Amino acid sequence: MDDDRLTGPCCRPIRSKRSLGQQGIKGSCCRSVRPIASALFLCPLLVSCSGIQSALDPAGREAAHVATLFFTMLIGGAVIWLAVVGLLFYAARKRRVHSEKGAGQLILWGGAIFPTVVLAALLAYAVWLMPNIRPWFQEEAGSVRRIEVTGEQFWWRVRYLRQDGTVAFETANEVRIPVGERVIFSLRSPDVIHSFWIPVLGGKMDMIPGRDNQLTLMAEKSGTYRGVCAEFCGSSHALMAFTVLAMEPQDFEAWMAARQGASGAEDVEGLALFLKQGCDGCHAISGTDARGTIGPDLTAFGERGSVGAGTLENVEDHIARFIRDPGAIKPEARMPHFSMLPDAEIDRIAAYLKGLR
Amino acid sequence: MKSVIPREVESLWTLFTAPTVWALHFIVCYATVAIFCARGLASDISFDTIRLALAIFTLLALAIIVLSAYLAWRQWGFGSGDPPHDAPTRKDRRYFQGFATLLLSGLSFVAVAYMAIPLMFIAECQP
Repeated sequence: MDDDRLTGPCCRPIRSKRSLGQQGIKGSCCRSVRPIASALFLCPLLVSCSGIQSALDPAGREAAHVATLFFTMLIGGAVIWLAVVGLLFYAARKRRVHSEKGAGQLILWGGAIFPTVVLAALLAYAVWLMPNIRPWFQEEAGSVRRIEVTGEQFWWRVRYLRQDGTVAFETANEVRIPVGERVIFSLRSPDVIHSFWIPVLGGKMDMIPGRDNQLTLMAEKSGTYRGVCAEFCGSSHALMAFTVLAMEPQDFEAWMAARQGASGAEDVEGLALFLKQGCDGCHAISGTDARGTIGPDLTAFGERGSVGAGTLENVEDHIARFIRDPGAIKPEARMPHFSMLPDAEIDRIAAYLKGLR
Repeated sequence: MKSVIPREVESLWTLFTAPTVWALHFIVCYATVAIFCARGLASDISFDTIRLALAIFTLLALAIIVLSAYLAWRQWGFGSGDPPHDAPTRKDRRYFQGFATLLLSGLSFVAVAYMAIPLMFIAECQP
């Protein structure tokens, strides 16, 4: 998972060296302004039509309905806009004088009756589509898979629940779901309002303190996608993303089984250092004595798509940077800085974390 | 022209009638469905009963608005003159008010009808 599917190329981590390098290149070649300007204009249009975080490139049933609604509205709006602009040009260039009565008729039909009918039709269409965009399934004897996601400042606590509602295991900043199976997400928050949004799979839903909001999604295409926090929640709101892996059912089951047996005790020396420096006060790693619950669970951290909830690519150098000074990478993150530790120890802990499988 | 409803009712009050009906219809529809769902009354009364009751209420609201529009039309002299009715005369004031009331009635009719569209499509209560 060292690729940049989660974090790039259009969603390059804001603070990575590569992103800074790119900006430098862009800034130095502005001789011919027009092609660049038109490219800049077209780029967001084209880029936004596909990718790991685009509602217009759906990989789930709900998102497909959202995209249909969007394109219907877009085409309808474009046709009306063209008609209005056409009328404007006609009015600006016309030679023929129209009667006042004719103008009044145009205003009545074009300005009152037509919009009323069109809006009624669009409203009916959107409301009719609503059960598809946000389906609700009565839980049939607990047969639907449940995942509890808690929005924290500024990361995601993800708990996979068993059929009886108890927690099978916890992970963070990564959601894995089987393709073709409906999953119910229980969305919670202990601090402020966050919003859980996986654009390629469906609409967003707020995580409100004191409430347990339910969202169901179903992936139809396997792949790696990106989810984001869609409600401003503090300084690092924009640095609060997560990886979504839609896996084939058999791969998912294999991962579930492997994940429940995962242990961080293989690298004895690294673990000892991790515990000695008190990382276990906040972080848990299954199969070890680290059982902290304040920060993200770090079991199998090496497999994760990113460091710092979608902020940096998951490589040892970035892990070390994060440990040294989390606040420099994620402003107002609750993790304290560990810059007082010798570099060798930080690098060793980073290597240990990257090695966790 | 002799009429069942005396012309004395054509005051500033008729101007408010249609928007008031819309506001009442709005709050009644929202509150009824919200209480029905929040109280979990689905086991006692079916959703279709609520839907039917609100549909009848909607027709009643639309009928009152149509009546208000008729009175406004009459006040406007059944469209005998064209707006803007801005002369400083008693007659023009009456026509202006009638025309404004007629337009507001039209707006309220559309708003009530739009409000009823979700009633047709809403499927069930969701937690």
